[in-house]
Amino acid sequence: MTQHVELDLQITGHSDGIPGRVWRFVRRWPVLPLFILVVLVFSAIFAPLIAPYDPTQGDLNLRNIPPAWDPEGSMAHILGTDPLGRDVASRLIFGARISLMIATIVLSFGVLGGVTLGLIAGYYGGQIDEIAMRFVDFTLAIPFILVALVTVIVLGQSLTVIIGLLVIFSWSGFARHTRAETLQIKTMGYVEMARVIGASTPRILYRHILPGVVNTVVVITTFGIGGLILTEATLSFLGVGVPPPTPAWGIMVADGRQYVTQAWWVTVFPGIAIMLTVLSMNFLGDWLRDRWDPRLTQLL
Amino acid sequence: MPEGGRPGVVGDHIMSGERSILMSVRNLSVHFPSGKGETVKAVTDLTLDIRRGEVFGLVGESGSGKTTLGRAMLRLVDLTTGSVEYDGDDLSHLTGKQMRPYRSRMQVIFQDPYGSLNPRMRVDAILGEAVTLLGGGDSLSERVSELLDLVGLPAASQRRFPHEFSGGQRQRICIARALAVRPEFIVADEPVAALDVSIQAQIINLLQDLKDELDLTMLFIAHDLAVVRHISDRIGVMYLGRMQEIGPADAVVADPHHPYTKALLSAVPVLDPGARVGRQILKGDMPSSINPPSGCVFRTRCPIADDECAATIPELRGDSSRSTACLKVT
Repeated sequence: MTQHVELDLQITGHSDGIPGRVWRFVRRWPVLPLFILVVLVFSAIFAPLIAPYDPTQGDLNLRNIPPAWDPEGSMAHILGTDPLGRDVASRLIFGARISLMIATIVLSFGVLGGVTLGLIAGYYGGQIDEIAMRFVDFTLAIPFILVALVTVIVLGQSLTVIIGLLVIFSWSGFARHTRAETLQIKTMGYVEMARVIGASTPRILYRHILPGVVNTVVVITTFGIGGLILTEATLSFLGVGVPPPTPAWGIMVADGRQYVTQAWWVTVFPGIAIMLTVLSMNFLGDWLRDRWDPRLTQLL
Repeated sequence: MPEGGRPGVVGDHIMSGERSILMSVRNLSVHFPSGKGETVKAVTDLTLDIRRGEVFGLVGESGSGKTTLGRAMLRLVDLTTGSVEYDGDDLSHLTGKQMRPYRSRMQVIFQDPYGSLNPRMRVDAILGEAVTLLGGGDSLSERVSELLDLVGLPAASQRRFPHEFSGGQRQRICIARALAVRPEFIVADEPVAALDVSIQAQIINLLQDLKDELDLTMLFIAHDLAVVRHISDRIGVMYLGRMQEIGPADAVVADPHHPYTKALLSAVPVLDPGARVGRQILKGDMPSSINPPSGCVFRTRCPIADDECAATIPELRGDSSRSTACLKVT
């Protein structure tokens, strides 16, 4: 029965009508996640040009204005204003900037450091592996929140401190996963064969092992973006996050929480932004993983 | 001493041929540590010479150390004792970097054509890597097409991924890669064991043609005597890490001396049911290579073994063409 249904879908999907083509296109490419990501990156880069208001300056006369479609709302503030009279839409747009910046910097360092260490540990094994992995265990054993609290108290609340903290704690997962994959891939015949045809160790790592690790790294990176936004929210919630009045999504959710009965939009819109971002990154990661596996390309 | 032979090499089976010795293994042992402080004795005290232009067939059961011997020749494993000499150069203690000049002269074809090709690289990249790393000086795309042609694959295969090929075709790609560096010596480690019977013959014939065409020397490893006999000039029979018998392919098959070789040969299926007389079936399994029997390693399954076999380790004895490691064979 199921077979028949699938067969029908297949036929519809391959019909040459316009809906058929659109359907095929949507199935083949991650249209929606890409769209969301493009919007996100676009708003992050051009935030000052797009945002209708200053995200940090509020007008206390215009507090808690509901979104435009509410009878009490106005088109001047499409997504309403928060309890300090700041435009929610503008703060969201600038928030994309902060969130993306944190994610990009932290993950660049995390991926670079973690993957390199993981490759080396996995490939050479023995003592090097032992030392590297104990170091990873050490990092994973440290309670992040506690360290973050102490560090911020000592060094003060700033974006640099937050990014630094996240970098220190972000690489271990990449190192661990990369090592595990490397252990598996290095036993493959083609890795030994590469040695037989005279490839140097860096070449083997880069050309033969790294491509097999990339998928996993991409997938954990996409999850990492969501995780980072949530971590930033957690820190903000505890009062050691991105310093106010910087508009970051996490802090917006955390701050708006207190007023959720009077002004739900202050919390809900950044929440939706976080959710959409995390979701589209996950979809995109899945798609890339399938895409990069040549054995699966034909199925797409 | 045959012409071209090196002084100092005293083997039992140096034939009075005009071909020089290319690969020389002297008293080689390769032992691996196994988890619990024990030692797996994969290859023990093995001596073997392979002459230029020769195909040496190596047979034995799984676990007899055939593959380890082949890998030791290419220095893909570390030697425990003994030496491996290639064309007069001692490879025994070379580091990975020092081995690189020899990589272009000796190549390998592995058993599993599925694992030996990187699934993420197209055929031209796979072959191109070998050409650029060791081939040197060739026009890349020309050489790649030439190689594909050599192994009987269409030039259109270049832009394909390994998963788009069948097992036999993949093995052809592996052969092409091995040939990409213009080697003199090839270790073919059970190159047909993973293939369908119908494809096996094709690959063996291809190897044979290439051997003649390119004047290759080959160590051909298999556990199938019929396959080995077809392609080899000489055959060596291994059991539990030791060489049991060496001799010309036809002579060994027609008139096996060692009781193990006899048993191995009687296990080869024969088409004529009437010819199946005196079939000798070995009892039990091969003992563990962690704790091999004293004396002759085969004595636990040997039909003619006695107390003497438990006490003395038999050496390979015989004349230059035939030698057998058995106390009971004279």
